[in-house]
Amino acid sequence: MSTLVAAPRPPADLLLRGAHVIDPGTGIDGRHDVLVRGGEIAALGAAGSLEAPRATETVEAEGKHLFAAFVDPHVHLRTPGQEHKEDIETGTRAAAAGGYCAVVAMPNTDPVLDQAALLRGLLMVAQSDARVPVGFMAAISVGLRGEQLTEMSELRDAGAVGFTDDGRPVVSAGLLRQALRYQRLCGGVLALHEEDPALSGPGVMHEGTVSVELGLAGIPSISESTMIARDALIAEHEDGRVHFQHLSARSAVDALRSARARGAKVSGEVTPHHLLLTDEAVRTLDSSFKINPPLRTEKDRQALIDALRDGTIECIATDHAPHGRDEKNVPFEQAPMGTTGLESAFAVLYTDLVLPGVITLETLLERLTAGARLLELGRPSIAVGETANLCLIDLAAQWRIGEAGYESRSANCCFGGRDVNGRTLLTIAAGAVAYRERAFALSAA
Amino acid sequence: MRHLLSIEDLDRAAIEQIIDRATSFALVADRPIKKLPSLRGRLVINLFYEASTRTRSSFELAAKRLSADVLNLVATGSSVEKGESLRDTVATLSAYGPDAIVIRSPHAGAPGLLAGWTHAAVVNAGDGKHQHPTQALLDCYTLKNRLGSLEGCNIWIVGDLVHSRVARSCIQAFTRLGASVTVAGPPTLLPDEFAALGASVRHSLEDLREADVIYALRVQRERMEDSFGPSLREYTAHFQINARRLGSRQLLMHPGPVNRGIELTGEVIDSPQALITDQVAAGVVVRMAVLYEVLAGAPTAPGAPDNQSAALEPQTA
Repeated sequence: MSTLVAAPRPPADLLLRGAHVIDPGTGIDGRHDVLVRGGEIAALGAAGSLEAPRATETVEAEGKHLFAAFVDPHVHLRTPGQEHKEDIETGTRAAAAGGYCAVVAMPNTDPVLDQAALLRGLLMVAQSDARVPVGFMAAISVGLRGEQLTEMSELRDAGAVGFTDDGRPVVSAGLLRQALRYQRLCGGVLALHEEDPALSGPGVMHEGTVSVELGLAGIPSISESTMIARDALIAEHEDGRVHFQHLSARSAVDALRSARARGAKVSGEVTPHHLLLTDEAVRTLDSSFKINPPLRTEKDRQALIDALRDGTIECIATDHAPHGRDEKNVPFEQAPMGTTGLESAFAVLYTDLVLPGVITLETLLERLTAGARLLELGRPSIAVGETANLCLIDLAAQWRIGEAGYESRSANCCFGGRDVNGRTLLTIAAGAVAYRERAFALSAA
Repeated sequence: MRHLLSIEDLDRAAIEQIIDRATSFALVADRPIKKLPSLRGRLVINLFYEASTRTRSSFELAAKRLSADVLNLVATGSSVEKGESLRDTVATLSAYGPDAIVIRSPHAGAPGLLAGWTHAAVVNAGDGKHQHPTQALLDCYTLKNRLGSLEGCNIWIVGDLVHSRVARSCIQAFTRLGASVTVAGPPTLLPDEFAALGASVRHSLEDLREADVIYALRVQRERMEDSFGPSLREYTAHFQINARRLGSRQLLMHPGPVNRGIELTGEVIDSPQALITDQVAAGVVVRMAVLYEVLAGAPTAPGAPDNQSAALEPQTA
């Protein structure tokens, strides 16, 4: 059984009055009062129709939007071993600030999460530190070395959401095949970071005009797409279930689309940075833009947007990858790969995709929660009787990313300094208040 | 000019100004006393993270000819070997109050980072495979001296383009001065994207006779073994500049150090068309001009680091 764990918090008792409620899952779209009692959605009524019972706080949410809170199937919480970058407390605080009610952490920690005992320990830490529920993916191979399968069944019993060697590809087709066969015994999605090391070599950015002009070693798109094509075929052959992480290239989208058309049980995710940025950003040699897979070209970006719109790519994941300031403050080639993203994801996507009309708000909301379904977790939903997983967002609020720092321990956000619309005011995760924006909390008090 | 980080930052007028100043310094180079007082009392630090003979020595000589004090630091045997970060090394050196830091780094963009961390003027002496602006400037100077102008001149740059910072800087500098540049090499060492830099791309030397100037690049043996080509033998068969390929009216250049018998044969190196030693001599006067430009040419007040406020930000909020 997959386990999501958070620190115990008092269940919320709140009346959210007059917010514009949108949940594509239930089809609700209009101004409503939402009453949360004991952490559950107790009543849903027309705006102004509900009264707050005794001892229930009223939040005047006129002009604000209330959504089912987001689920991120792909974050790095860096615990254990790299707590100078992030830990479960700071990472889940960042998640709550971004409107997320659940995140799934990757196992490329130090030590690697490849044993049930470690997972049990982490779940205990999450039970005391996690502000929003956290699930953990376990490694596919021992030590992420790609040689031997982990004890997948025991890991599942201990609560692993699924399996991934994220950060590295499963290079051996044979090992992946065995993992897929074993999946029939233990369940759990296999999430794959797709990259052929023989093609990506020492690459540090997308291989193309910009890499040639800068003299930086490139990572070609085929490094990703050939592996997706291969692994989709293997999954199909074994009738297994795989999820492709952080798609970056048009050819990767094509490979996913054709696998889905054949009926393979495959899904894909895309990050905000691959949806919004290209390798042109790397011209500055600013290491914030050093990311794996790399930011690619405008054609790739457009293909990713199209795939997100038509549902070929079913969900958005941030791949929130915190790094210490000193680690990133070095020449581009020496810097580690990755960007943080939990606190900026909704705002940048809303500002750059929804406001200009590239995708609808409903599509964005759907893709920001679909990760739950793909990982076989409960999907947040706004309906009476459901656990409250809600985020209240002021779509009109303008702010600059990073202007007041970050909840995350790290500041390596590739969107830092951008002016955006859409600020999270309140997040309720698993029935408890996980975040309140400071100014909003004060004005409400 | 506050820093010299990339040829991209220079327009034609800026390149010509450096060449003209180098020409005036060259007059002094022929005098018995070769020193000028222009940078007396200024401190120039040469910070070299890669082995270099001619670039480092010519920067040192250039600074000394202008009466500056020079401090040479190489990566081996210094705190760099003890794991000090570039940032901390620069902070340490900046405490000496240098007026200019000349940096050679194996990593693209290192000089640009430096410019944000120090008050000193920063001169890029080669960063990764990205840029080597002073090499391109001295090549322009050498050609201008010989030809009078680069306008309409056909320059072929031949060899391992993909790993060459010299090529990137030279393509930009030559084209800014009106030359047309062709790059030639095996497809594994010359991606088609080089066209975006403003050069036309060829994978053979068939039309080499079109060239007025042949600029051969150094071939690194280890790269050949690193799957960029089947063998050196096959490389030389296709791309070596030898007496058969070099026409009598074509000029020959090379940034050095030369692999004799690989990219160039001995007979062409020693031919009258070869400008290779002229390039070395130009290195000193052009680097004098660059140091003069960033130090004496700039307003006298020391500049502030370009992103000092960012540098002082706390790590996390």
